[in-house]
Amino acid sequence: MQIQAIRQPSRRRFIQGLMSIIALSALPFQLLARSTKAFQATKLETVKAELFGDLPIVDSSDISLDIPDIAENGAVVPVSVSTTIEGAEAIHVVIEQNPNPLSASFKLTEFSVADISMRVKMGKSSMVTAYIKTPTTIYKTSREVKVTIGGCGG
Amino acid sequence: MDRREFIGILAKTWIAATVSGCTTLRPVREGELYNLSPFGQSRILHITDTHAQLNPVYFREPNVNLGVGSAFGQIPHRVGKNLLDAVPGMTPQDVHALTYLDFSEAAERYGRVGGFSHLSTLIQQLRGDVPDSLLLDGGDTWQGSGTALWTRGQDMVGACNLLGVDVMTGHWEFTYEEAEVLKNAAMFKGDFVAQNIKATDDALFEGIPMFNEDSGHIFPPYVIKVVNGRRIAVIGQAFPYTPIANPQRFIPNWTFGIQEEDLQQLINKVRGVERPDAVILLSHNGMDVDLKLASRVQGLDFIMGGHTHDGVPIPVSVKNAGGVTVVTNAGSNGKFVSVLDLAFGQSGVSGYRYQLLPVFSNLLPADPVMQSYINDVRAPYASILDEELGVADTLLFRRGNFNGTFDQVICSALTEQLDAEISLSPGFRWGTSVLPGEPITMERLLDQTCMTYPETYVRDMSGAELKMIMESVADNLFNIDPYYQQGGDMVRTGGMSYTCEPGATMGKRITDMRLPNGELIMDTKNYKVAGWATVGSQSTGPAVWDVVADHLRDRKTIHLDKIDTPRLKGVKGNPGVADYPGELI
Repeated sequence: MQIQAIRQPSRRRFIQGLMSIIALSALPFQLLARSTKAFQATKLETVKAELFGDLPIVDSSDISLDIPDIAENGAVVPVSVSTTIEGAEAIHVVIEQNPNPLSASFKLTEFSVADISMRVKMGKSSMVTAYIKTPTTIYKTSREVKVTIGGCGG
Repeated sequence: MDRREFIGILAKTWIAATVSGCTTLRPVREGELYNLSPFGQSRILHITDTHAQLNPVYFREPNVNLGVGSAFGQIPHRVGKNLLDAVPGMTPQDVHALTYLDFSEAAERYGRVGGFSHLSTLIQQLRGDVPDSLLLDGGDTWQGSGTALWTRGQDMVGACNLLGVDVMTGHWEFTYEEAEVLKNAAMFKGDFVAQNIKATDDALFEGIPMFNEDSGHIFPPYVIKVVNGRRIAVIGQAFPYTPIANPQRFIPNWTFGIQEEDLQQLINKVRGVERPDAVILLSHNGMDVDLKLASRVQGLDFIMGGHTHDGVPIPVSVKNAGGVTVVTNAGSNGKFVSVLDLAFGQSGVSGYRYQLLPVFSNLLPADPVMQSYINDVRAPYASILDEELGVADTLLFRRGNFNGTFDQVICSALTEQLDAEISLSPGFRWGTSVLPGEPITMERLLDQTCMTYPETYVRDMSGAELKMIMESVADNLFNIDPYYQQGGDMVRTGGMSYTCEPGATMGKRITDMRLPNGELIMDTKNYKVAGWATVGSQSTGPAVWDVVADHLRDRKTIHLDKIDTPRLKGVKGNPGVADYPGELI
């Protein structure tokens, strides 16, 4: 007799499941209302001041920032951030050259896995930075993403 | 010219070379070129970027192929004599195959290169010499000729099946519609592999045909081939920027990218589960991207590359945290077959021999089965392909970082036929060469233009928009980080001169854009610009080949006084430029 192994959900099923979760999870965005000033800011320095105050900001190799080097479509650029940093309480994604540099903020609870994925809109090439907030320090890592006209492939 | 004459000329070339002091050159006797001494246990053959050239062609290598940043002066960014300096001991026919030097004269002497019936003869011989072998094709096989377009790539699938291609990956393959690509891949008797093509999230939700629903891969990411008892893993790396460099509308459900981390995980898995004796990445990244990738990813024995059309005679060894990865690139247009012979020890590859063999059609009899197939493919279209449109008194070619002579003809046709002030033509690296006095047939024109988005446009563009286009394309070519390059050459221009500083940064490379009367192009002023091959939405004008064909039929004879190649700043002493027809400042 053959024993059927328990199958991991396929990527397709997972994505389909994810869509329904997103539909149910609109509520938490209300909680971010207090970050309004940071989201409305047009200068990188204002965003950092609003979000981090005087906390020190240091580079970290414990953050994974997965984003294309060249965007296939600037209107929907997939970005994923995850980290193993202890005590992470928020993930912020900042796109320097966007009119409003702060793209997204995720508040983490003690039960959250610090692993997020989303799409961002990019008008032009820019540094993209993921910040991980802990009670005492802000950790960051950056990647350059090019938004370019196409054509001329060999 | 028959084979005996050809050999005679080779010998004369050798004498001339010896007299001039190049004593390392030696004559090649008939047969010697293609008779390789035995080495190792497994033979891997590699062709790439044949661009659907079923019959033999001429193809001139570039005299401008600039390397910037750490690529300065490094192979493949050495042209002409600068390449010979770096690779001593080249035979005269190697020199002809790998450089532009005295191209027209040498091409008359050595004859055409490539052609699938000649490739077939050579490949059969190279495979017959050893107990077992593998034939890899790096892609850009289904596009580049009239017959490939009209059969939607199927003529090339048939030719590759006859040739016995075992594994392939792709790039221009994806400029047909998704369903056509999948149909062609199914017709292909080998394995079509690509680790870096997955369904987009939206497409996963909708549900589209794919190889693996769990991973989202559209094609198998790798395949294991047993060659003479040795397990060879071949991982596919398709062109990472296909939806950016080519229209996304043909393959809207697929997403690409370099996917370095996925690749590393895949290599680890393949090494752990499949226990291969060798791991090869069959890549369409382009040479510079492959060199960077090789320095960052561990566990690849070889990257056999294409895309940038660099005929690289010696492989480049790249150190990384896990050891060494050897990177090769096998040129284009069927001009070369690369031969990698592997020896194995206790733990995998213990030694290798690599040779990039030029395919001289005069030295290799046509395989009658393949030739008959090619003749059948061409027959319904022969009257279109064979039309003689005109003749030029100079060599017509495209390859090189800036305007080639054939581009000048295309740009002139666009401005004159479409009544524009300025014309833009893409810096593709495909397009064959036409010798002075040789008829420019429709077939040769299609070599330069044939694709699935050939529509022309004429529209008003502001000077600022023109400058933005020029800067963007220049950054795709000269960004010092190869991962931000797309592997094409600079956009070709007609009716406009400019200065280019390849070593500058984005936004600062292009200056002094002027109309032919010397007037500076103003940011705020509008100009009537003609072009073709739009990547965004489909343009509405006639196909570019019809526009250029009309121009050639009108003119009959083409004489080029000068070509609109830019003034280049800061590249004096760069081994990637020689015999430049424009100004170096």
